[in-house]
Amino acid sequence: MSIQIPIAEGLFSWPAAKPALLASRCKRCGIAAFPVASSCMACSWQDVEIEELPTRGTLWTWTVQQFMPKKPYRSDETHETFTPYGVGYLELPGGVRVEGRLTENDPEKLYIGMQMDVVFEPFRTEDNGDEVINFFFRPVQ
Amino acid sequence: MDVAIVGIGIHPFGRTPARTGLQQGAYAARLALQDAGVEWRDIQFAFGGSASAGSADALVNELGLTGIPFINVANGCATGGSSLISAYNAIKSGQYDIGMVTGFDKHDRGAFNADPKELGIGEWYGEVGMMMTTQFFAMKIQKYMHDYSISHDTLAKVAEKAFINGSKNPNAWRTEPITVDEIINSIMVNNPLTKFMFCSPAEGGVALILCRADHAKRYTDAPVYLKGATMKSRRFGSFEVFAPSQALQQVDGPTVDASKAAFEMAGVDPKDMAVLQLQDTEVGAEIMHMAENGFCEDGEQEALIQQGATHIGGSMPVNTDGGCLANGEPIGASGLRQVYENVLQLRGQAGGHQVPGDPKLAYTHVYGAPGISAVTILQR
Ligand SMILES: [Zn+2]
Repeated sequence: MSIQIPIAEGLFSWPAAKPALLASRCKRCGIAAFPVASSCMACSWQDVEIEELPTRGTLWTWTVQQFMPKKPYRSDETHETFTPYGVGYLELPGGVRVEGRLTENDPEKLYIGMQMDVVFEPFRTEDNGDEVINFFFRPVQ
Repeated sequence: MDVAIVGIGIHPFGRTPARTGLQQGAYAARLALQDAGVEWRDIQFAFGGSASAGSADALVNELGLTGIPFINVANGCATGGSSLISAYNAIKSGQYDIGMVTGFDKHDRGAFNADPKELGIGEWYGEVGMMMTTQFFAMKIQKYMHDYSISHDTLAKVAEKAFINGSKNPNAWRTEPITVDEIINSIMVNNPLTKFMFCSPAEGGVALILCRADHAKRYTDAPVYLKGATMKSRRFGSFEVFAPSQALQQVDGPTVDASKAAFEMAGVDPKDMAVLQLQDTEVGAEIMHMAENGFCEDGEQEALIQQGATHIGGSMPVNTDGGCLANGEPIGASGLRQVYENVLQLRGQAGGHQVPGDPKLAYTHVYGAPGISAVTILQR
């Protein structure tokens, strides 16, 4: 029986009723980092706490990846089935700007400043049938 | 003690199937030795780098086993700059009188594919398709165009100028001019950047002979002095390539820091520079690097580029040899190519791509993953 597994442990809360990206926040300077790090990139402090990031934010910048990347890219696609995908930085208020794939790949529908939700969806299927879950940014519907 | 560049050599950039990267490095090294009028056995030390063509110190197999310390340098796109700074310090310290800096490379076709693990990033980042330098450059210029009203036409004009300059440089790879229309209408790679707006991995080699300034006239009538040489890495809050996240509060990047430090070291101003070589892995980089290096304010590039200011003969010639766009990017050699070009310019030997007006000061800048920058200021 197939199950859903996160693409990496500790990247987001999973399984969870309301999954969210996980960040570490420095207890000295208050800076948040994604993914969770054991020390603070701003001040080198090693005492950090883990928190969930907001699930809605503002698109800070974006592009569309128009050709299929070489390894280490690992999806189910072939060169024939590859679909261009959007990539952007989403500014999560009070947290950080996180880089992620967008569910939208039409440049006409993407603009800096648009509101987007963080969603968690299947990215690829493993040989044993397990679905690998990744986070995506989706225009607010 | 000042440091002078007294010999330069280059192997043409592009594709040379008949020679390995190492052989291209040796070719450049022999030309540099010849240019300085010295032999390999006169060289007291060397710094060199190559990302994909073997260890730089293997050059001794080609040039001769003389027992000198030959130190390999690996700093991505800033490899050449880092080698140059290391050599500068080795001479400045009084330890050595004369040495060589070299860089060569030979890459496979297609975009560089980086390994997240080498940069301390989780494998998921590469698996989902974000381990791409091209995406970073596209997103950085996308934001910059939005904030400072840079047009698509201006993006294309940067590439057009690069290929015009390349057509005047016998050592360049791309030597055919390409029109603005062709550039804009070539295949979209990462919006807003099309195929002809990006440089490609390539091959080539460069070598420089450096010596203490008070010995320079023994080797050449036209020494060029290294007045500034700096290298910086990113500070917290700068927007860099291969960053799964970035801080909400943005600070200046390593280019701004390296540039300021170089001007301070040399005691000169941006307006004093007669010719500029600025990292142009794609057109957006050249545009943003004009401001990051202090040559204009953010947004002024639109008018400057439309008026032709960055052309040879303009008020601030940029990438007079065609830059990375026309030469391709052999990582180990790319930064030293800029220095080679500026030495030619300051000697008045750049031929068809010579800037007019007897230039006295010239500037080079490289930027690379994961957020490093190196700058040099050369003076005749
Ligand atoms: Zn901190």
